[in-house]
Amino acid sequence: MTDWQPLFLTFKLALVTTLVLLIVSLPLSWWLVHSRSKIKPIIATLVSMPLVLPPTVLGFYFLLAFSPGNAFGSWIDRWLGIQLVFSFGGLVLASVIYSLPFMVHPIQAGLAAVPSSLNEASYVMGKSRWTTLWRVQLPNIKTSLLTGIVLAFAHTVGEFGVVLMIGGNIPGKTKVASIAIYDEVEALNYASANLYSAVLFVITFAILLLVYLINGGYLKRFWK
Amino acid sequence: MICLDLHKTFKTTGGGLTLHLQTEVPKGSFVTLYGPSGAGKTSTLRMIAGLLKPDEGILLVEDVPWFDSSRKINLRVQKRQIGYVFQDYALFPNMTVRENLEYGCPEDSEISIDELLEFMELGQLASRKPQTLSGGQQQRVALARALAQQPKILLLDEPLAALDYKFRLKLQDYLFRIHRDFNFTTIMVSHDIGEISRLSDLVLVIEEGRVVRQGTPDEIFGNRQISGKFRFVGEVQGIEKHDIIYIVSVLVQNQLIKVVAQPSEMRGINMGDKVMIASKAFNPIIYKID
Repeated sequence: MTDWQPLFLTFKLALVTTLVLLIVSLPLSWWLVHSRSKIKPIIATLVSMPLVLPPTVLGFYFLLAFSPGNAFGSWIDRWLGIQLVFSFGGLVLASVIYSLPFMVHPIQAGLAAVPSSLNEASYVMGKSRWTTLWRVQLPNIKTSLLTGIVLAFAHTVGEFGVVLMIGGNIPGKTKVASIAIYDEVEALNYASANLYSAVLFVITFAILLLVYLINGGYLKRFWK
Repeated sequence: MICLDLHKTFKTTGGGLTLHLQTEVPKGSFVTLYGPSGAGKTSTLRMIAGLLKPDEGILLVEDVPWFDSSRKINLRVQKRQIGYVFQDYALFPNMTVRENLEYGCPEDSEISIDELLEFMELGQLASRKPQTLSGGQQQRVALARALAQQPKILLLDEPLAALDYKFRLKLQDYLFRIHRDFNFTTIMVSHDIGEISRLSDLVLVIEEGRVVRQGTPDEIFGNRQISGKFRFVGEVQGIEKHDIIYIVSVLVQNQLIKVVAQPSEMRGINMGDKVMIASKAFNPIIYKID
């Protein structure tokens, strides 16, 4: 009897994380492109940190910060009633930060590549920055948005270190596929490990392939 | 009437430029800003549009202050009712030609998009995306889009610079008709003296951030002592000395014309100079070409 729970949990985590990231990354990327603030390099560095930092480092500090034995962790617990350590909420928060550069960088590059005269033309036509973002900027960076969404999703699916540090290994709550695989191998259940691995392999391959097909314009050619 | 008195200092690696522009433009006129690159012509347009903030000064449009540093007034670009044709046209790639026009069109507009498309001969192209159009067609879309806004002032930043000669003439015609029919103030940046003479009522010569001369195209480019019947502006392409005379090759529009010149006339004329060729009395040959 195969336990599908870890796979289900993995895709739920990836989906929620990607949605949160999309909401967070749009204003953040816009700010990184348009701001002239002095703290911009610092923010840009922080956004990119998860690219180079070992996931365990990130997970370790999350664990310390969110622990109920700690001032910040107990404050969140008391005032918001959320316990972030060893819970799904904590996993989402950690994944959002861990996958942030994968969403922000493509969107930022896309926004920066939109010629400034397009924005100015829109302003001259009496449109606000908000309208310009929705009607001009976003429709012209569709490929960047798609790249960001897929990379963030795939990266969250493939997460291991952060999840293990902050989520632990609670079946149905924090035991995602990557951890389940590790678990099954430790228990010498190679068949289960193989199943999880194969499913992850096939699904991530299919998602990435779809993106390359869409961004490369292959599908359009096929339909026409 | 547009009154402007604007200051702006740019810091660049080459030492910087201080703009100090002071001029008045009558309502409904067609004005050209003429001068070398880097003199501040585009910056002037951008300051009028509100895309670039002057350091100090005043900009009055029909007695409404758009910018007044002493009273801390700076009307937002969105409120200025300006039509701006950018050098790269800035058409929205995600919208069709018609959608580009509709985007800038106010809701209570008196102008019908269909009429405008017909007027600019764009009816056939209405559902095409801008990137599938030729340069001349994109140019017409950009103009039509600026007109759809029903602007008080139309600003044109070297709109015809990238086009070949045949298209230029055609679009100059369009510009002339539009300006006459829609009756607003037009301010254009241009380097083409032929174009300027054909279109504008007033030329402002801008050098190093200042208006150094202003007047009608004839006053600025013409030599009033010649009451020539034929006059062409061109660029010197070659100077050959033959005994006591010179043979000068001048590129007028797209034709190379050879002109005989006296040494006294050639004083101060070098390769690449803009010159005017005029003739008072001669007998042109006329024949039908079709």
